[in-house]
Amino acid sequence: MAINVTRRQFFKLGGAGLASSSLAMMGFAPEPAEASIRQFKLAHAKETRNTCTYCSVGCGILMYSKGDGSKNVEQDVFHIEGDPDHPVSRGSLCPKGAGLLDFVHSDGRLAYPQVREAGASEWTRISWDEALERIARHMKDDRDANFVRRNAQGQTVNHWTTTGFLAASGSSNEAGYITHKVVRNLGMVAFDNQARV
Amino acid sequence: MTNHWVDIRNANLIIVMGGNAAEAHPVGFRWVTEAIEHNNAELITIDPRFTRTSAVAQDRAFIRTGTDIAFLGGLISYLIETDQIQREYVLHYTDAALIVRDGYGFEDGLFSGYDEATRSYDKQSWMYEMGDDGFVRRDESLEDPRCVYQLLRAHYARYTPETVSSITGIPVETIQRIWRKIAATAVPDRTMTFCYALGWTQHSIGSQIVRVAAMVQLLLGNMGMPGGGVNALRGHSNIQGLTDLGLLSQLLPGYLTLANAKEQDYAAYIDKRTKQPTVEGQVSYWKNYEKFHVSLMKSWFGSAATERNQWCFDWLPKLERPLYDVLDTFERMSKGELNGYFCQGFNPLASFPDRAKITRALSSLKYLVVMDPLNTETSEFWKHYGEYNDVDSSAIDTEVFRLPTCCFAEDEGSIVNSARWLQWHWAAAPPPGDARPDIRIMAELFLRLKRLYQEEGGVFPEPILNLTWDYDIADEPRPSELAREYNGRALEDLVDDEGNITRRAGEQLSGFGELTADGRTAAGCWIFTGCWTEDGNQMARRDNSDPYGTGNTLGWAWAWPANRRILYNRASADVQGRPWGANKAFIWWDSEQGQWTGADVPDFPTTSPPSQGQMPFIMQPEGVGHLFAGQSMVDGPFPEHYEPFESPVPQNLLHPGNSRARANPAARIFDDDREALGKPEDFPHAATTYRLTEHFHFWTKHARLNAVVQPEQFVEIGEALAEEIGVAAGDWVKVSSNRGFIRAVAVVTKRLRPMQIGDRQVHHVGIPLHWGFTGVAKKGYLVNALTPFVGDANTQTPEYKSFTVRVEKA
Ligand code: SF4
Ligand code: SF4
Repeated sequence: MAINVTRRQFFKLGGAGLASSSLAMMGFAPEPAEASIRQFKLAHAKETRNTCTYCSVGCGILMYSKGDGSKNVEQDVFHIEGDPDHPVSRGSLCPKGAGLLDFVHSDGRLAYPQVREAGASEWTRISWDEALERIARHMKDDRDANFVRRNAQGQTVNHWTTTGFLAASGSSNEAGYITHKVVRNLGMVAFDNQARV
Repeated sequence: MTNHWVDIRNANLIIVMGGNAAEAHPVGFRWVTEAIEHNNAELITIDPRFTRTSAVAQDRAFIRTGTDIAFLGGLISYLIETDQIQREYVLHYTDAALIVRDGYGFEDGLFSGYDEATRSYDKQSWMYEMGDDGFVRRDESLEDPRCVYQLLRAHYARYTPETVSSITGIPVETIQRIWRKIAATAVPDRTMTFCYALGWTQHSIGSQIVRVAAMVQLLLGNMGMPGGGVNALRGHSNIQGLTDLGLLSQLLPGYLTLANAKEQDYAAYIDKRTKQPTVEGQVSYWKNYEKFHVSLMKSWFGSAATERNQWCFDWLPKLERPLYDVLDTFERMSKGELNGYFCQGFNPLASFPDRAKITRALSSLKYLVVMDPLNTETSEFWKHYGEYNDVDSSAIDTEVFRLPTCCFAEDEGSIVNSARWLQWHWAAAPPPGDARPDIRIMAELFLRLKRLYQEEGGVFPEPILNLTWDYDIADEPRPSELAREYNGRALEDLVDDEGNITRRAGEQLSGFGELTADGRTAAGCWIFTGCWTEDGNQMARRDNSDPYGTGNTLGWAWAWPANRRILYNRASADVQGRPWGANKAFIWWDSEQGQWTGADVPDFPTTSPPSQGQMPFIMQPEGVGHLFAGQSMVDGPFPEHYEPFESPVPQNLLHPGNSRARANPAARIFDDDREALGKPEDFPHAATTYRLTEHFHFWTKHARLNAVVQPEQFVEIGEALAEEIGVAAGDWVKVSSNRGFIRAVAVVTKRLRPMQIGDRQVHHVGIPLHWGFTGVAKKGYLVNALTPFVGDANTQTPEYKSFTVRVEKA
């Protein structure tokens, strides 16, 4: 890209609102000289590599957190930016990626297991133990009552159609793999992820 | 994507159609602007709207939503009739010369074998004709009236520029101008790429739109070429990975498929999927199906899976319906046929069509479990939020559990981008409060269930009790353990033909070529084999060098399959193995070394010389790309234009007299949902939903920065429509379909213009989808209150991009 934008101009335009969209859209990343000043500020931060969680361009990101990772030391992500080494994104992020930090710290983040009882109009906080035990009970009761070993034609089907599962295409391959391994081998077939829509 | 993001810079022409990459994939779109600036490329957009992508395009057409097959089908006819195809490529690398069975035909909008009662086809006649030698018959002259080329030509002869214009609303001159530009890439040294997204898939004919694009690329010789291909710009960050891992109702990992109830016999199940070559000497890689399947079963059931018990074939669930897709599931749920449902990072109340039906369905459940980092609308579907969620909590008996999960920043593992790259990431901080990783939640749930089955017994516990679970910490498997498992390892020593040990028991495998069908290997997802080898985690590699200057960075992360970056890349060389054009050199035959070489991992047997005559499309039994789909699609071997289920146009202009062929005759629609379709006279406006660059679905309304830059729900209408209904910019409008309504601020714009379709003028309404009743942005209406409950005939992807509404001043 031929146009040079300093980090300061970049954020200034970013603050101006919608102008940021088209700017980042065109992939203008701050100049390296400005970036080097930043190194000093981030010197004591822990740098962690990750990938933008939104779209499947898969832009590389660098996350900066306080705390050295040792036990009992609070770690907190305080800055996220594009990874300049990434061959697709080369340090750029779009307006979605530029807001990643606000996703991490969103007021909408859930912190504790909750249950909404039948007919209730509010949530009740519960422990993980209670939540998982109750869910496992529901699953087993439903599976034992409705699992089909043979269908009306006498064919072996070994499936469970009365509980279904939607998996998350924002989660990792490892989460997806273990989810498939568990869900399919309980006999579930009503099983999809966002790729269906 | 058949190709990848950086490769777009190698294109000479870029068609963005059924997508808006500048807005939805902004950083990937840089490579489009790079091609414009440094490769002298042209960008053309074909969309109902003037989009942010159109704004930087050199040429553009405005198309009525849902009519893409008409435009591209007409293009096929134009390419054939003006002889602007890449002839050598078409002759050798496609099925153009293959002969089709006599019974196949197409009449008045229906292919042979249609049964109206079941809305499906008997596909017997949709096949190539086999010769006495057991291989498909062919005609090199391409003149036999039963050869694919002539059938294709006859099929699209109806798609004249005038007909295409009357269906799509694009003026004839614009159509011809764009067709000419596309045809100019039929030469060996110029390539065109298609970039599409949900604007192609979210239609009742979505799969066929993608197919017609692939057919165009085959005719032009643009498949397998740098700067070519058909590139799906996929949505969520790991939607590719979850698809690859088979988390879909009919799949197993690596595009293996579950058996249906009729397939009771293991050998027949395998035999049907083990594709033998139908043209002599071809690779037909699916002939290895059993190796992939048995390795999966060994991964899941270890020593419990044996040849004697047919590798636990009976333990896998069998399908009794064609698909248990989400529309089928919510139909059954709305009728009280489900008791439980899990939503892991998925917000169906906002994401599935006909929101009123979704609310009804969820209300009939006994239990609902939501695992998510955010408080989604689905988790609070039972809670009253005024007009935004008008429900009576006391009347809903569903028990809802909400389990907080980690987000990306607190999670380690890999995700697959649209270009099939598996990229590893690391956690930067612990999650808030008591939130837990999805892996741990799934492990704990499983272990609790297993314990219950051990203690109490129960129905068919075998697969639960025997599922392999050799993780160091049983309730918290590490991502590295799971990644090594899906890569696969040798369970016993592997030996070559001479008896030399090639792989020791316990070692990680380096590629799927090592898999065996006799139980000596385990691999949880064969297409990922090679991602975590004895050399370690290949997904974490960070060498971004590009030695050939083609934009191919083989040392960055790892791509499936086998680290290949452009699929079908053998087709980038001619029959003799030489690059088609010097500027498009990518993979070629090196006769001195006796192997294929170049900028990518060859998508081909490395030492198979051109003289052996193996063709580039190694997954197909014929070795060639399919212009004729045979039996692989449910709605026809050639794509045909059908109207959306809700269309402002009362008939299909290609088949005006035949109401059965108005909308896709093979698409499934449930009775109640058909009743809920609107009529053009009540709902005259063509509607389409889409995303904005500042937002990602329903996530970013929870993020302050995004909520600030795009805070409030709006709909876009053109100036002519605004005038007609007496609305000024900034007024509130009510948008209704036959299923529900939303209210929003009207943005009155020049970006949408009325179109002349037959004898009527059609207005489009643009409906961005990002608002809801949770989050920090202003509350808004879930737009799926409006959308129809009908999907693509093949995939059941809902028809969100074409439906009808009525817009009025609120
Ligand atoms: S906030 Fe950013 S743009 Fe504003 S003064 Fe500071 S550095 Fe400059
Ligand atoms: S920064 Fe933008 S373009 Fe890049 S992955 Fe994230 S959402 Fe996609």
